[in-house]
Amino acid sequence: MQVEYSGDVMTLNMGPQHPSTHGVLRLELKTDGEVVAEAIPHIGYLHRCFEKHAENIEYPGVVPFTDRMDYCAAMNQELGYVLAVEKLMGIKVNNRVRCIRIIMAELNRIASHLIAAGTYGNDMGSFTPFLWCFRDRETILDIFEETCGARLLYNYNWIGGLMFDVKSGFEKKVVDFINYFEPQVDNLNTLLSDNYIFIKRTANVGIMSPELALSYGVTGPNLRGSGVKFDVRKDEPYLGYDQLDFDIPVGLGEHGPVGSCWDRYMVRIREVKESCKIIRQAAAQMTPGDVQESIPKRIKPAAGEVYMRTECPRGELGYYIVSDGTLKPYRVKVKSPCFTVMSAFREISRGAMIADIIAILGSVDVVLGEIDR
Amino acid sequence: MNADSIAALLSEKFGEKILGSKIDGLNPWSVVAPAEIPDVCRFLRDDDRLLMDHLECLAGVDYKDRIEVVYIMYSMKHRHRYALKCRLPREAPRLRTVESVWGVANWHEREAYDMVGVVFEGHSDFRRILLPDDWEGYPLRKDYKFPTSYRDMPV
Amino acid sequence: MESIAQLLQLIPKYDALPGLVRAYMPMLVSSLVIFGLLSLVVLFLVWWERKISAHMQDRLGPMYVGGWHGWAQTIADAIKLLLKEDIVPESTDRVLFKLAPFVVFLGAFAAFVVLPFGASSIVSDLNIGVLYIIAVGSLAVVGIMMAGWSSNSKYSLYGGMRSVAQIVSYEIPAAMAIMTVVILVGSLSMQQIVGAQKGGIQNWFIFRNPFTFLAFFVYFISSLAEVNRTPFDIPEAESELVAGYHTEYSGMRFAFFYLAEYANMLVVAGVATTIFLGGWTQVLPGALTAQLIPGPIMFFLKVLVLIFVQMWLRWSLPRLRVDQLMYLCWKVLLPASFVLVIGVGWVAVYWK
Repeated sequence: MQVEYSGDVMTLNMGPQHPSTHGVLRLELKTDGEVVAEAIPHIGYLHRCFEKHAENIEYPGVVPFTDRMDYCAAMNQELGYVLAVEKLMGIKVNNRVRCIRIIMAELNRIASHLIAAGTYGNDMGSFTPFLWCFRDRETILDIFEETCGARLLYNYNWIGGLMFDVKSGFEKKVVDFINYFEPQVDNLNTLLSDNYIFIKRTANVGIMSPELALSYGVTGPNLRGSGVKFDVRKDEPYLGYDQLDFDIPVGLGEHGPVGSCWDRYMVRIREVKESCKIIRQAAAQMTPGDVQESIPKRIKPAAGEVYMRTECPRGELGYYIVSDGTLKPYRVKVKSPCFTVMSAFREISRGAMIADIIAILGSVDVVLGEIDR
Repeated sequence: MNADSIAALLSEKFGEKILGSKIDGLNPWSVVAPAEIPDVCRFLRDDDRLLMDHLECLAGVDYKDRIEVVYIMYSMKHRHRYALKCRLPREAPRLRTVESVWGVANWHEREAYDMVGVVFEGHSDFRRILLPDDWEGYPLRKDYKFPTSYRDMPV
Repeated sequence: MESIAQLLQLIPKYDALPGLVRAYMPMLVSSLVIFGLLSLVVLFLVWWERKISAHMQDRLGPMYVGGWHGWAQTIADAIKLLLKEDIVPESTDRVLFKLAPFVVFLGAFAAFVVLPFGASSIVSDLNIGVLYIIAVGSLAVVGIMMAGWSSNSKYSLYGGMRSVAQIVSYEIPAAMAIMTVVILVGSLSMQQIVGAQKGGIQNWFIFRNPFTFLAFFVYFISSLAEVNRTPFDIPEAESELVAGYHTEYSGMRFAFFYLAEYANMLVVAGVATTIFLGGWTQVLPGALTAQLIPGPIMFFLKVLVLIFVQMWLRWSLPRLRVDQLMYLCWKVLLPASFVLVIGVGWVAVYWK
C-alpha cells in the first residue's frame, strides 16, 4: 500500500522498554501526523548466542538452552529440538512418553495462548481478562511444577525420553483442569472477544493477506488468521498426532476482512479449545511404561543433517541440525516463527494509526526471546 | 514429488549449474552454482510441479574449507520439501539475494550476514540484524575470536 | 450556608469580630466543610475502587493496612506521596507547573457549591446553578493545558491536547442532555430541579418521559469522557508512547491529579443524581411514606450507585481509540442530544 507523505515525517521511537510485556523490541515509527508511514522493527536486544552455545555443548546439554528461547512455551521448544535429534539418530519412543509429551505440549500451548490473550486485552485497556487468564494459567504451572519442579523453564523433554515420570493421578488432574477450564474460555469470550469496543479496535486493523503471509513465511495462528488452513500437526504429523481427532480453526472474517487482528486473536482462542480436546484423548491413550528406556547411553548421531519442524504456539518452529559424528552438534540453526512474522510487520503496519501499532503488535504475539535467540 | 524427481527436474532444467546432489538422507539437497541461485529459486517457486512457496530456512554454515548457505524450501500445495546449497569460498563469500522470490529472505539473509559473513548483493536493507551495527567479526565462524572489549567496555 | 451562619452566631464573642470578617466567615467555613467532606469521600472512593477492581479480577485487594480489609490503604498511600521528593524538572515553566494541579482540583471542588445534599444542605442555591456547573467544569481544561504545556515535553503536550479536545467535545452533549430537564422544570436552580422530582421514584426525571430517560444515558456517557475514565482514558493510559499530561509530576502534585479525578467522578455523579435521579428525595412514592432516610444519606447512596457503575465500566471495557472517541461524540451523541432537546421541547409545549 502506498502512503503519501502530506507534510513532515516525524520519527518516533517506541523504544526497547515497553509497558506491554512483549519484550525488548525497538519500533522506529515514521509518522505523518497520526498515521504511521513506516514501522521498522529493530531487534537483537535479547540476543544470547544460542546457536554458538549449541556448538560447544553436548547434545543433551542444549535442551535447557532451547527452553530459554521462547520462554512462554518452553515445552514446545524442547520438543522440537529433541524430535530433531531423535530423527537424526532414528530413536523411537514408547507410547507413554508420546502421550506425556503431547499433554505437556498442549498444556503449554494453552498457557501461552492465555498469556497472548491476557496481554492483548491489557494493551487494549481491558485489565480484567489479563488476571482471569493468569489465574487459569497458574493451575497449569502448578501441574508442571509437580511434574518437573519448574514453572517456566523445564528441561523436561530429553533426547529419547523424559526427565521424570509423571506422578500417579496425573491424568485425572489434567482432565479435571480441562473440565474446569473449558467454560472459562466462554467467559473470556463474553468479556473480551465479543466486546464491541475490542472488535472496533482490532477488526479492521493489520490486515495480512494470505499471499503476503506465505511470501513472508508466516506460520501458525498468524497464517491461519488469514484463512490458510495449515498446521504442521496435520500436515506432517509427529508424535502420532494423526491418531488424534482435532480441528484446525482458521480466521473467517466474521468482523471485518479476513486476516485482521481480531481473526488472529480469535484463532488462538479457538485453538485453546482444540487443545483441550487433544489433551483429553492423549490422557485416555496413556499406557504404563518406563519413560527413560529409549535414552541412549551416549548421544552421538552419525554425520548428517536434518530439518525438523513442529507446531509451537507461535507458529512453525524449525530446527536444522548438522552433525559431524561427534558428541557436540556442528551447527544448530533455529527457524523461529516470531522472526518471520516480525519480518512481515513492516508490511502489515503501513498506514495504520499509532494506536493501531499496539493492536497489531499484540495480535502477532511475538516473544523476543525467540526472535533474538 | 519425491526428492529423486525434484533433483532430476532441476538437473534437466539447469544442466551444469547444478553441481551435485545428495538425495538419500534425511534432508535431500542439491548444490547450485552461486550465481544462479535467484533463477533456480524462482523456478522452484513458480513451476507448477514444484510450487515451493514457503522458504523455511536460510542458514549459513561454516565448514572449515568453505562457507555454505542452505536454503530449505517447502511447498504448501504439493507438500514436498527440498534443500539447495551454495558453496562459497571463505575469503569472500558473495551471493545474490533471493528477497524478490520470498519476502522472508530479507531478514534471513541479514542474519546469515550477521552471523557468518555472507555478503548478499542486491539486498535492499543490508545491515546486521541481531548484533549492533558496528560489531566486528562474524560469530558463527569456526575461527571467531571473542573480542575483549566493545566500544571500550570489557566484554 | 444559612445554617452555618446561624451556627457561627452561637460562638461566644462572635459579634465582636469586625463586620468584614463576619461577612466572609460563613463562606470560609462552608468551603472548609466541603473540602473536608470531599477529601474523606475521595479517600473512601480510592479504597473502594481498589476493592471493586480486585473482586472483579478474582483477587482480594488491600487487606492489611489498618486491619479490616485494608481500609487505611489510601491514607498510607497519601502519606507516602507526601513524603516523596518534590521534583520540578529543570526546563519547565515553574509557575504553571506548580499551579496546574490546583486548577484541576479547583474545577471539581468549585462545583460542590451548588450540589444540593439535602433540603437545606446546600452551600449556595444559585438561581443559575446548572449554568454555573457547566462553566466551572471547564476549569479542569485550563488546568490540564497548563500541566501539558509547562511540562516542556512533546509527549506531555500531545497527551494534554488530546485530553482537552476530548473534554471540550463531550461537554456539548452533556450540556444538551441537562437542557432537556431544564426545559421541563423551567429553572436553572438545582434545588428547584430536585424539588420538581419530589414524591417518589415515578417523579424522577429519568422515568418521566422517554426523552429524559435517554438523556440520562447521553449525560452519563459524556460525563465518563469528561472525567477521562475508561473507555475514554486515552490521555491517561496511552500505554505505548506517553503517560499523558501528568508524566512529569511526582509526589503530592501527582496525588492532587489523582484525587482530582475522583473528585470529578463525584461531581459528575452528583450532578447526574440531582438532575435525573431525584437528588435527595426519597425513593418510595410520597403518599405512602414520609422521608424515612435523611436527604444527604439518600443523595450519597444514589451517588455511590452511579460511581459503582463508573468503576464497573472501567474494569470491564477496553479503551476507545482517539478517532473513534471523537466519532462517538460528534456523530452519535451530539445529534442524539439535539433530537432529545427537540423532543422534550415538543413534550413541554403540546403535552402540558
